[in-house]
Amino acid sequence: MATTTLTKAPRGYDPAAAKPFLEQFDRVKDGLPGAGLSWLNDLRSQGHDRFAALGLPTVKNESWRYTNLRALDKLAFQPATDAGEAVRFDVLPTVRADGATGPRLVFVDGRFRAELSSTAGLPAGVELLNLADALTRKPDLVAEHLGRIAAPDDQPLVALNTAFLADGPVLHVPRGVTVEETIELVFVSVGTEAQPTAFHPRGLIVAEAESRAVIVEHHVGLGSCTTLSNGVTEVFVGAGASIHHYKVQREHTEAFHLSHTAAKVAGKGVYDNFILTIGAKLSRNEVNSVLDGEEGDTHVSGAYMVRGGQHVDTTTFIDHAKPCCTSREVYKGVIDDQARAVFQGKIIVRPDAQKTDGYQQNRALLLSDTAEIDAKPELEIYADDVKCSHGATVGELDDDQLFYLRARGIDKDTARGLLIGAFLSEALEEIAEESVRDAFQSYVANWQNAR
Amino acid sequence: MIEIKNLHATVDGKEILKGIDLTINPGEVHAIMGPNGSGKSTLSYVLAGRDGYEITEGSVSFFGKDLLEMEPEERAAAGLFLAFQYPVEIPGVANTTFLKSALNAIRKQRGEPELDAMQFLKLVREKTKALSMTDEMLKRAVNVGFSGGEKKRNETLQMAVLQPKFAILDETDSGLDIDALKIVAEGVNALRSPERSMLVITHYQRLLDYIVPDHVHVLAFGKIQRSGGKELALELEKNGYAEFGVNEAA
Repeated sequence: MATTTLTKAPRGYDPAAAKPFLEQFDRVKDGLPGAGLSWLNDLRSQGHDRFAALGLPTVKNESWRYTNLRALDKLAFQPATDAGEAVRFDVLPTVRADGATGPRLVFVDGRFRAELSSTAGLPAGVELLNLADALTRKPDLVAEHLGRIAAPDDQPLVALNTAFLADGPVLHVPRGVTVEETIELVFVSVGTEAQPTAFHPRGLIVAEAESRAVIVEHHVGLGSCTTLSNGVTEVFVGAGASIHHYKVQREHTEAFHLSHTAAKVAGKGVYDNFILTIGAKLSRNEVNSVLDGEEGDTHVSGAYMVRGGQHVDTTTFIDHAKPCCTSREVYKGVIDDQARAVFQGKIIVRPDAQKTDGYQQNRALLLSDTAEIDAKPELEIYADDVKCSHGATVGELDDDQLFYLRARGIDKDTARGLLIGAFLSEALEEIAEESVRDAFQSYVANWQNAR
Repeated sequence: MIEIKNLHATVDGKEILKGIDLTINPGEVHAIMGPNGSGKSTLSYVLAGRDGYEITEGSVSFFGKDLLEMEPEERAAAGLFLAFQYPVEIPGVANTTFLKSALNAIRKQRGEPELDAMQFLKLVREKTKALSMTDEMLKRAVNVGFSGGEKKRNETLQMAVLQPKFAILDETDSGLDIDALKIVAEGVNALRSPERSMLVITHYQRLLDYIVPDHVHVLAFGKIQRSGGKELALELEKNGYAEFGVNEAA
């Protein structure tokens, strides 16, 4: 775990922006789950103190240069109340073509909803719990892992999440166990009309050596209240284990969605992450993957489609810490109207990470003259025997292709839809699980049809 | 079927077509020959409705309707087909998906029932066989990784599937070896019928050995300079375009 000590407040630090959150902490801390556990109190205090020192990120912070959180200052978010309890669902989102129910956990405004959740279909020994329960039922497991990969030290939002962490999914797959059923995690943002609501879901995935699981996160919104989801997920991938971790974010356009996923991959382990972002007014997905053992493999890919005044930020960090590891990143985005996208992709190859094979591609399609993308690929290579390539392109729909389709009788909107779908399909093909790929493809098609 | 009257068109303010007059009746095959830069491709794009061409004068009537007022997809539904000189590649769109979307879009615009997957597959299999195309070419993305000959065969396949009433073949011979040329020409000839007309645009006479036209026109400097029967093509092959004031060596 990296530790840094700051001697002074970061540039652009605005104590006023952090204050409402810090005051809330003092009010709620004693009522948080596991408040009696000293290690957890210490972890939360550490988060609180780091957040107090760092404040909300501002555009003066290099990694937040293109995403401005000033809108959050004025909203004075309050912790989630029980309003979400009244929510009823006709159909929960799923990637299961047959609509059947499999193992899943449902969270409404960050709080676990047992009556909507199920652990059916899980092999013996596999634990799928919500964090609040896991703190009493599996305290040792949680204590051993929580806060070990997503370090609050220099990540203000991880620090904030750590201070407030209360609930979220916990998955433990024992050594050598393969979970056949896709595990679905459903996060519903509801909020209240009275005030903007914030919640800080904290997820923990522990895959012991030679185990395997497929996890799909659905992030959806109900109603149109202003909400802030500030999630952190920590993923431990043991030696030879493989975790396929997919996520779709389809929240409504009054939602703020900030998320930080941190994975640590042991030797010969595989961490596969794909994020499809369609919703929210402002969203940022930060994915860090550390290849911490030889012959590890990580895929960190995604697609986004935004329009209107939406802002979407994808920030990735792949750390080749050990030799002979491979990493692959394919991001594709479609930006319409006045929407704005940010892509920041950093790859570090540490001095002893010889025989690294890294690949990064980031391509964006701008559908209007006012759409915008800021792209910042960064490679830092300290080893000499490595293969690392990256490419970034920004383009428009090809007039020749559009005319070709129209000359064959396909109307303009359908032709545009076909070309947009074709553009994104290259990223969606990175999804190894067919049912997930099909479901995500249908979300992409719906986005186009909603025009 | 199609009546072009005094057609003038400019591209980026430069006049390319300077008064084209041409009438094509059902069942007729016309060839337009001409040197590079004479306006052959411009004419085909103007008829198909590509953006970027400004019609400054003249009219085009297609089955009695004003063709120039129609969107490209409406022209296709009305029965116009352009076989492109350089068919574009469309990564990510499978050839079959594209063909099925095109056929059903046209059928829908004409008020005909759309074909389901089975009906479509049966139809397209039949057509590909006649053109010596493989199933694999149907599965691949539109024109991606196709050789010049395969691209032209794909254009011919589209024509065979869409069954247009009027087909413009824009330099279909360019980039084809003799075997591919024969296959494509056979495919085109199979589509000749008393109800269907064609406009074959070419630089060389060679293609016209295989697709024998009823009428040949020489296009140079944006105007049809001379019209005649199929023997005019042979004369051009012999003498080149010099008599029309074109020095091709330059």
